[in-house]
Amino acid sequence: MTTSYIGERIQRLEDPRLLTGQALFVDDLHLPQMLEVAFLRSSYAHARIRKIDTSAALKRPGVVAVYTAQDLGAYWQPGPLLVSPPPTIQRISFNTRTQVALAKDKVRYVGEPIAAVVAESRYIAEDALTDIVVDFEPLPAVVDLEQALLPNTVLVHDDLSSNLAAHVIQEKGNYFAIKDQADVIIRRKLSYDHGAAVAMENRGIVADWDAKSQQLTVWDTTQAPIPIMNGLARMLGLSENQVRVIAPFVGGGFGPKIMMFYSEEMLIPWISKQLARPVKWIEDRQENFLATTHERLQIHNAEMALTKEGKILGIHDIFLHDTGAYDPYGLTVPINSQCTLLGPYHVPNYYSEFSVIFTNKMIVTPYRGAGRPQGVFVMERLLDFAARQLGLTPADIRRRNFIPPDQFPYKNEIIYQDFAPLTYDSGNYAPAMDQAIELIEYKKFVEEEQPKLRAAGRKVGIGIVSYVEGTGIGPYEGARVTVGASGKVSVATGVGTQGQAHFTTFAQIVADVLQVDIHDVFVVTGDTLKMNWGCGTFASRGMVVAGNACYAAALAVREKILKLASEVLQSPKDTLELSKSAVCVKGMPDKKISLGELAVRANPLRGAVKPGTEPGLEASAYFGPASGATANGVHAAIVEVNPKTMRVDILKYVVVHDCGKVINPMVVEGQIHGGIAQGIGNAYYEQLVYDKKGQLLTASLMDYLLPTSYDVPRKILTGHMETPSPLNPLGVKGTGEAGAIPAASLFVQAVENALENPKLEICEIPMSPNRLFELLK
Amino acid sequence: MSNLFPITVTVNGTPYHREVEPRLLLSDFLRHTLGLTGTHIACEHGVCGVCTVLLDDRPVRSCLMFAVQANGHRVTTVEGLAKDMEHLHPLQEAFSEKHALQCGFCTPGFLMTLIAFLHENPNPTEEEIREAISGNLCRCTGYQNIIEAVKLAVSKMNAAKGK
Repeated sequence: MTTSYIGERIQRLEDPRLLTGQALFVDDLHLPQMLEVAFLRSSYAHARIRKIDTSAALKRPGVVAVYTAQDLGAYWQPGPLLVSPPPTIQRISFNTRTQVALAKDKVRYVGEPIAAVVAESRYIAEDALTDIVVDFEPLPAVVDLEQALLPNTVLVHDDLSSNLAAHVIQEKGNYFAIKDQADVIIRRKLSYDHGAAVAMENRGIVADWDAKSQQLTVWDTTQAPIPIMNGLARMLGLSENQVRVIAPFVGGGFGPKIMMFYSEEMLIPWISKQLARPVKWIEDRQENFLATTHERLQIHNAEMALTKEGKILGIHDIFLHDTGAYDPYGLTVPINSQCTLLGPYHVPNYYSEFSVIFTNKMIVTPYRGAGRPQGVFVMERLLDFAARQLGLTPADIRRRNFIPPDQFPYKNEIIYQDFAPLTYDSGNYAPAMDQAIELIEYKKFVEEEQPKLRAAGRKVGIGIVSYVEGTGIGPYEGARVTVGASGKVSVATGVGTQGQAHFTTFAQIVADVLQVDIHDVFVVTGDTLKMNWGCGTFASRGMVVAGNACYAAALAVREKILKLASEVLQSPKDTLELSKSAVCVKGMPDKKISLGELAVRANPLRGAVKPGTEPGLEASAYFGPASGATANGVHAAIVEVNPKTMRVDILKYVVVHDCGKVINPMVVEGQIHGGIAQGIGNAYYEQLVYDKKGQLLTASLMDYLLPTSYDVPRKILTGHMETPSPLNPLGVKGTGEAGAIPAASLFVQAVENALENPKLEICEIPMSPNRLFELLK
Repeated sequence: MSNLFPITVTVNGTPYHREVEPRLLLSDFLRHTLGLTGTHIACEHGVCGVCTVLLDDRPVRSCLMFAVQANGHRVTTVEGLAKDMEHLHPLQEAFSEKHALQCGFCTPGFLMTLIAFLHENPNPTEEEIREAISGNLCRCTGYQNIIEAVKLAVSKMNAAKGK
């Protein structure tokens, strides 16, 4: 009998540790002699620093050191550009300005670190922050995206001629040539404001330089421990073997923890090396709002040309993208917006141009969705408004434009964030729409329930949207699978884990290949000592890239097992089978050897081995897809708006999602639920509000409202479709961002439908009860 | 340097005698003085509920209390819920079975809030469960599976009582 875990709702192996308080998070580390750091951060969005006086802080008992930019010497360097602009885009300009460890002459956002105090405790370090005197010369702040490029605007970076960080044009077909043939042109200005990821665990770093062994160990809440190891080695002038980076359990990532190098990440290891003592910094919640990266502010001026039947002829879009004070993450976010806008639809002609703007705000890097929600918002809103004008239903206009299933791979011609031409590998869109309509009982709601409820004075509405998600991009990930003498299997992969169930889903794959009990598979993620090649957890790529690396490594180990067992059992490989942690000859269950015993034999202590023999039952393998796998889905919802308070209750929410082969449906549903909650927060509750001086007015959980158990859908129904990706052996596609991407677009469509006001057009995210009142006036 | 006050706090049944600064937060006392790091900290302004522990069986936010205020009191943390990982509390089991945790960082706070809630209301409605957890923030799960887990825990705990 064969064991099959893939596709099953396997309970998570990591849960017992997390449920009993035994899982290690970075702040749980208590090393002997450990010091703690607090940062003095800028209270101005834009100012010159005339002088910093740290003398009083240094005199405070318990303070060990205070560092400013001047103290860093040659270590003071702008951080690395994490993602370079795609070299494959022709009409592109990009000005690299990356963050520094500590501000030197000028601060560019509220929260930018100016000085680091190192003390015997965090309490003392924070006391000493008040001892530091900084003489600032305040400058006007660049806050408004549309004003930032006007002549005579103050410059965020003095050495540039404007606040333009980048400019990109991408085109497919010729929009200008077809515009005149259109029966209908829909033109709108659409905007999407800043939100924050707000992982429940704030960021944190512990660094321990051991002078005796010349080894640096760093525990970091990063989504990418291996690039942190490589970068630290380079910055500190160490070999990679001297640096070990561990991302232990990480309390939510959602994108901002893939950003590197944060100022604190550059500094804490350096300070540990200076003082030869372990050093800890844990971000507090206010710092998390001020100094962990943000996303989403874009302003689009978009138009769609259609036939009177509702077929899209082309789209023209010009948008502004806020990158904040620096642009270390290159163009990933705006290119995702530009590409994802096209969605699951056949758009023959597309002109898209964007300008990236430096402002005096926190840096912008991907947050769950990573530019995609904005692109989907533009497309879905234009379709909604077109449908209204043409008298079509939201479902009909989408159906008329879906790419048919025989058109895959479908080439969109423009360049995606992974530098490759945007190609959808596979998909089948109309059935997802059909299934969603069925699950939400669209017809019954519109024809029976809604009229009844409306007659009773209730404002109920329905919405339906669709989207694609480019997932699982390269370049590559690795995995090492080892069968030990106890028969237990270990799997080491370089991606970090922030709740995605990697300990379970990777184990499902390996257990199936090796036919062992899943409880005998122990997965290690995010420890560079165990696996030192790879990139990280981002872009919904963990299962696609690392999962396939685990699969490849397990297959290689299986080959080694069969080869050795064939020698031991003196039976050809094709007569053997793996079952229950052993190999036996088919039909002769007594003629067998356990995997543990084979592992011992594969690692002899005496005697000679044949030339070319590799020790152990172990293999490392790497997987790098040629391009990303495109997932897709349809979301539908029924909402009720209270016209007195504008409270919105989501009565029913349906997701039909196609992420190719599903390894663990329970985990996929969990990812979708969480993404939807974040999307709803984005749509109606969460907004980072800056005043004209660049002060963040919403830097606490009292002011920045996360959805609670009251604000999420009463019930989410999930329908899975499986169109396997041809781009990887497991046929999987990513799913991490699927919930978050279309939720806001759906929310506003359903709210409009509920309010029955033909003049109401929601063209901005987030909405809020207040804003809805204003729009309805 | 600063005044230290002797306190005695009984945590998970064990009395601890320590001398602490008056400004030391209860959350920091549990985590850093006693090394009970299962209680997590996420906002330190009483909004998120992550640091919830039981003080004399009532849920409190340990980031909003000083350790000296717990002097002479009993504290229960997530480490006090199960003997070991093989013998989970029915609520912990239900969380795992219903996939009510992802990153798990907020989970100890949810568990402690719910332990007190289910003690007070052993047969809650779904709406009551929703209200009970509305002061705890989770950024991963969207809450639906947490509500499902509480329902399952109720049936497990009632079945255990019936035995």
